[in-house]
Amino acid sequence: MDGITYQCLGLLQLKTTILAVKFNGGVIIGSDSRASMGESYVSSKTINKLIQVHDRIFCCIAGSLADAQAVTKMAKFQLSFHSIQMESPPLVKAAASIMRELCYNNKEELQAGFITAGWDRKKGPQIYVVSLGGMLLSQPFTIGGSGSTYIYGYVDAKFKPDMSLEEAIQFSTNALALAMGRDNVSGGVVHLVVITEAEVKHVVVPGNKLPKFHDE
Amino acid sequence: MSSIGTGYDLSASTFSPDGRVFQVEYAMKAVENSSTAIGIRCKDGVVFGVEKLILSKLYEQGSNKRIFNIDRHVGMAVAGLLADARSLSEVSREEASNFRSNYGHDIPLKHLADRVGMYVHAYTLYSAVRPFGCSFILGSYDEDDGPQLYMVDPSGISYGYWGCAIGKAKQAAKTEIEKLQMKEMTCRELVKEVAKIIYIVHDEVKDKAFELELSWVGEVTKGRHELVPKDIKEEAEKYAKESLEEEDDSDEDNM
Repeated sequence: MDGITYQCLGLLQLKTTILAVKFNGGVIIGSDSRASMGESYVSSKTINKLIQVHDRIFCCIAGSLADAQAVTKMAKFQLSFHSIQMESPPLVKAAASIMRELCYNNKEELQAGFITAGWDRKKGPQIYVVSLGGMLLSQPFTIGGSGSTYIYGYVDAKFKPDMSLEEAIQFSTNALALAMGRDNVSGGVVHLVVITEAEVKHVVVPGNKLPKFHDE
Repeated sequence: MSSIGTGYDLSASTFSPDGRVFQVEYAMKAVENSSTAIGIRCKDGVVFGVEKLILSKLYEQGSNKRIFNIDRHVGMAVAGLLADARSLSEVSREEASNFRSNYGHDIPLKHLADRVGMYVHAYTLYSAVRPFGCSFILGSYDEDDGPQLYMVDPSGISYGYWGCAIGKAKQAAKTEIEKLQMKEMTCRELVKEVAKIIYIVHDEVKDKAFELELSWVGEVTKGRHELVPKDIKEEAEKYAKESLEEEDDSDEDNM
């Protein structure tokens, strides 16, 4: 990579912390709420990075917010049309595949990565990662964004398959709080969305209610 | 039962005074000229049977297939103009492949039947093209949705069925199919019955030699559409031939 390209890529980092985790009966998708321009200006303290693309399917976005919003808008439209044609709620895999096609076919222009998570009748709760270039991967839990680098150790150590809802909420909140504590471009409040067969619940943990760790 | 259109039947873009599109009806007649194909849905799968008439002793055995694989989990049995049918099988394959490419999973059969039906219907709208002269039966098996069977005819209509027949002996075949309790049968039992029905409806006098093409998709094949294995097919044909002889014998007794 020559000097100029490397510099350009350096400016457009994935500036956020996002995660998704499967628990017994559903999936939690979560993010911080900070949007930044450059390395030091916070353009929004309360942005919602969890976008609903269908009744039981959410995406969280990382990278260029403009690109991410354009992709999710297109995916939402395609998914709603697909679901009406199928006469049934779409599969999470279908939603993730639509995002993947958009990311892969437009990889030259776009700089956005996604975590797609949700519940469907066929396979239950699922999480898919669609990376920058258009890779699609299914995982039991996943973290993303610039803040994620600080919490790999925590999530690897603390994740257990088939957690209860309470354990999963605690796990997600802790992970996001730790990342927000160390990453300067992640912060604000913790947004969590809990998706199960029965309902979609939005949980917000404001800054002063976040779990505290020994360094504070 | 043949009605002549006289003037209103020259193109598919013309209605007759009594509201019929004769070109589409003539296309359906083309299907009735072809040999019979049947598809039956049972508890755990779908079985297809086709009466493949052998027009020449020089034909290689197993050539001129009338049953196609559309996707791993979907099979298609055809009747009518074979060239039209082959072209439609390619169209169906593309539909299934594009769906998988866009949405990451197997195409649901109802959706495939709707899409191919729409394509067939498009050719019934214009005078510049003729309608497809073939009907086809689509079948698939999925762990969650179970076995599915749909039939598409030259007008572009598609219906879901538990059992259907197309081709010259379709009425006789339908009568035989209605006698079956297919909802309680398994694929292995059904294979023998399908072979028997094809043997029953085959006209020994008018059409001499025929080859039976049998395929299935279901729990027994783990959701993949494949030709029935040679040993099971031989067993089914043996059952079919023996049943025919029994019926012949019982007829003689009654006399």
